[in-house]
Amino acid sequence: MRAGDIVEAFPDFCMSHDNGAAVIDFFKKINVEKVYDPKRIVLILDHAIPAPTMKHAENHAAVRRFVAEQGIENFYDITSQGGVCHQIMCENGYALPGLINVGTDSHTCTHGAMGAFSTGIGRAEMAAVWATGSLWFRVPESISVHLMGDFLPGVSAKDLILTLINDLRSDGADYMSVEFSGEGVRHMPLGARMTLCNMGIEMGAKNAVCQPDKKVYDWVAQRAKKSWEPLWADDDALYAKKVSYDLSKIVPFVARPHFVDNGCPVTEAEGTPIDQAFIGSCTNGRLDDLRVAADILRGKKVSVRTIVIPCSWRVYRAAMNAGILTDLLDAGCVVCNPGCGPCCGNHEGTLAAGESCISTANRNFRGRMGDTSSNIYLASPETVACSALAGRICDPRKAAKL
Amino acid sequence: MKKRGRVWKYGDDVNTDVIYPGRYTYTIHDETEMGEHALEDLDPAFAKNVCPGDIIVAGKNWGCGSSRQQAVTCLRVKGIAAIVAKSAARIHYRNAINEALPIVICPEAVDMIENGEEVSIDFEKGIIATPRGSCHFSPFPEIVGRIMEAGGLVPYVNAKIAEKRSEQ
Repeated sequence: MRAGDIVEAFPDFCMSHDNGAAVIDFFKKINVEKVYDPKRIVLILDHAIPAPTMKHAENHAAVRRFVAEQGIENFYDITSQGGVCHQIMCENGYALPGLINVGTDSHTCTHGAMGAFSTGIGRAEMAAVWATGSLWFRVPESISVHLMGDFLPGVSAKDLILTLINDLRSDGADYMSVEFSGEGVRHMPLGARMTLCNMGIEMGAKNAVCQPDKKVYDWVAQRAKKSWEPLWADDDALYAKKVSYDLSKIVPFVARPHFVDNGCPVTEAEGTPIDQAFIGSCTNGRLDDLRVAADILRGKKVSVRTIVIPCSWRVYRAAMNAGILTDLLDAGCVVCNPGCGPCCGNHEGTLAAGESCISTANRNFRGRMGDTSSNIYLASPETVACSALAGRICDPRKAAKL
Repeated sequence: MKKRGRVWKYGDDVNTDVIYPGRYTYTIHDETEMGEHALEDLDPAFAKNVCPGDIIVAGKNWGCGSSRQQAVTCLRVKGIAAIVAKSAARIHYRNAINEALPIVICPEAVDMIENGEEVSIDFEKGIIATPRGSCHFSPFPEIVGRIMEAGGLVPYVNAKIAEKRSEQ
């Protein structure tokens, strides 16, 4: 088998979120009564929860009806067991080494942090997978990203992935598989690997994957929903491109409006006034992200509205038990329930005309978080927390004692 | 199959958020209504003035971003006959195949075409004819051609299911 070949594959897990309602619309046009295998389907409500409007509520209701009709057990409703879909897939043992996952969300590539092949698909495609169990795939070319060393204080995985996207450009990995390997990956906690893989799509990647190691095996051993086997590229694998980065050379990085590859070192964006800060999302809403923000904000006050959204209730509880949420509340942050929040402009922090937001999320497209004249700057939790204190974009290496 | 139409030309990196804004993704189910918001955040004149048979010509990385299929549906219901781009992002490209809306990758043609011109596309021969000459493009892979011929993924899957049932 070679890059460019077309294959038919049976995905192990098929994930949808609130847009499951739209997948159901397509599924009803296919001439089958029952889904191929309800055990492979995972439905997770996260994009606008609890429902902010009646129309969102109708979507949720349609998903609940379908779950009941089809006997789907892997359903995460609006309860204290849920969270952002990609986080739930990784936390609850659906993202496993060597598995094939598909999801009706472009950031489904996040699951590659656990060594899975995982890719975003459209709604009609998901309906077809639900009905037949299979889908056609094009075997992708691969890009090797070799990581050495470790980050300096104030720098994290978000700065690396924003730098990489800026270097490769927004279409630099179009339809390709991006493979992260090297000691730099092994140093990273799983959450940081999720940050890397999450943004693979922002350079067009079909999937992104980190070489799985003991950290992954230990994590999934306690929660795997299916048997799995590690899988990695052969030593003599062919690559369309090979790049390598020394993590100690990475500096805090910012993506300016309105493109993720419109990046620059934070030093070139310093002083830009902001109206809102957002710490959360499937990119950077995990415990380590909230902890680093709390370390920066503890005992101080934010000077702009700062919205914090843990990416799952598991993370929320852990942050609560560690006193992190108290630190964030004392600093003036608004802590919302786990979900996607304002990232895609649904609720909990949409932007007014002309406003600017610094965000730990993954997209800064025009109008994504609100009015088309608003601006989104993407950055690490370190940079966003420091900027929230100052009310303007700050270099976390100078602003915080990290 | 041949198509001829008037061109709406756009630049590089036109993302799915500006083709079909996120504020409508979970609130609109009606396809005709989706069409009224097509390209709203990039070109508010588009949805009002587009005519059935028109062709979109775009730069590199057309349709980057989200997996939202409405970014194809909204253009299909407005009667867009085809999209010619320098390159197209994967999920959007597949969504277009699955709705039988052809995206032709032909960088040379994009550079030759101006906004508002008439161009014609011959899918069998793989030729785009512009006022400044013609360009060739690669035919679709076989599976893609079969899905497009069936009228999209849902009718394609239904035909396969019917075939399997008749074999049994």
